[in-house]
Amino acid sequence: MEVGRSEKNIHLESELDRAEGEQIEALRAHSQKPIPDPDEWLDEELRRNILLTSLDAAINWARRSSLWTAICFPACCAFELITTAASRFDIARFGMEILRASPRQADLMITAGTLTWKMAPQVRRIYDQMAEPKWVIAMGACAISGGIFRSSYAVVPGYNRIIPVDVYVPGCPPRPEALLYGIRMLQHKISKRHTDIVLPLLQTG
Amino acid sequence: MTVYLSGSKIAKQMTENFPEAVAEASDQAVVVKSESLLEVAQYLKSSPELDFDYLTSITAVDYYEYFELVYQLTSLKHNHSLVLKTRCYGRDKPAVLSVVSLWRGADFQEREIYDLMGIRFNGHPNLNRIVLWQGFEGHPLCKDYL
Repeated sequence: MEVGRSEKNIHLESELDRAEGEQIEALRAHSQKPIPDPDEWLDEELRRNILLTSLDAAINWARRSSLWTAICFPACCAFELITTAASRFDIARFGMEILRASPRQADLMITAGTLTWKMAPQVRRIYDQMAEPKWVIAMGACAISGGIFRSSYAVVPGYNRIIPVDVYVPGCPPRPEALLYGIRMLQHKISKRHTDIVLPLLQTG
Repeated sequence: MTVYLSGSKIAKQMTENFPEAVAEASDQAVVVKSESLLEVAQYLKSSPELDFDYLTSITAVDYYEYFELVYQLTSLKHNHSLVLKTRCYGRDKPAVLSVVSLWRGADFQEREIYDLMGIRFNGHPNLNRIVLWQGFEGHPLCKDYL
């Protein structure tokens, strides 16, 4: 039987496909255990009883008051996030109404939705491209543990397999109030942070 | 409104041309033998009174003893449709003939069936995984997966 004339254009991207498969398998093999949550700030505060300087306070105030979110919403929790950003709940009240399309301008990733292994390298890449300091809120059951898809062959059982998560917001999906509460918790966490910052201005002087 | 053609009527027409091809026929569908799938499909597409120029979808069902492939055909000219089925025995290396040469729309759907069910389509120009990634082991929509 004769094959149609445009047979040659039929998405022969075998090289790309193989590279993609290898990347996914490598990430999957590397992510068998969850990454521990970044909670050393808690420990440090309790153990050494550190007092934050006024510079810390100022920097942390600036950071927690301008959390810009990277656009990385793989599934349905995104709608609750969009609602949260829209006028009724309005995250602009917390200085974070700007959703950045470029991860380089973002410092918060809200992982709204189920993540498949095929998508995982891209999410990891977006996280890697975000500039320090950066934070992650795991939003919804799928982001926390894989949710109802946890035992699926294609789903990442929790974002903390591939990126460190700061705040977990449960729900399927979480109400905007819950997300706002999670964001407030993150801001609280940021305000406890001790920063070692060398200002370039001081260096030159 | 699309008219759903009776499978048994079409089967009668087909037996005149292909006496061996039809395995089973009911009002809902025609089941043809897998080795004569392509010639039957060719006939359904090219005969002027049927003229099934559009393949709505292909899907596959795992019945343990065999895989059944379901082809939903539509004629845009006559506005009628037909369900064509074929069965594919043997779980080790199930294979049927590809219909990409007749309907280009079959390309991605056959790849998806191969990806999830493991049925090979002989004559397909690029039979690779489409939904899952290359290097994935097994075909997860088979009933004996895991």
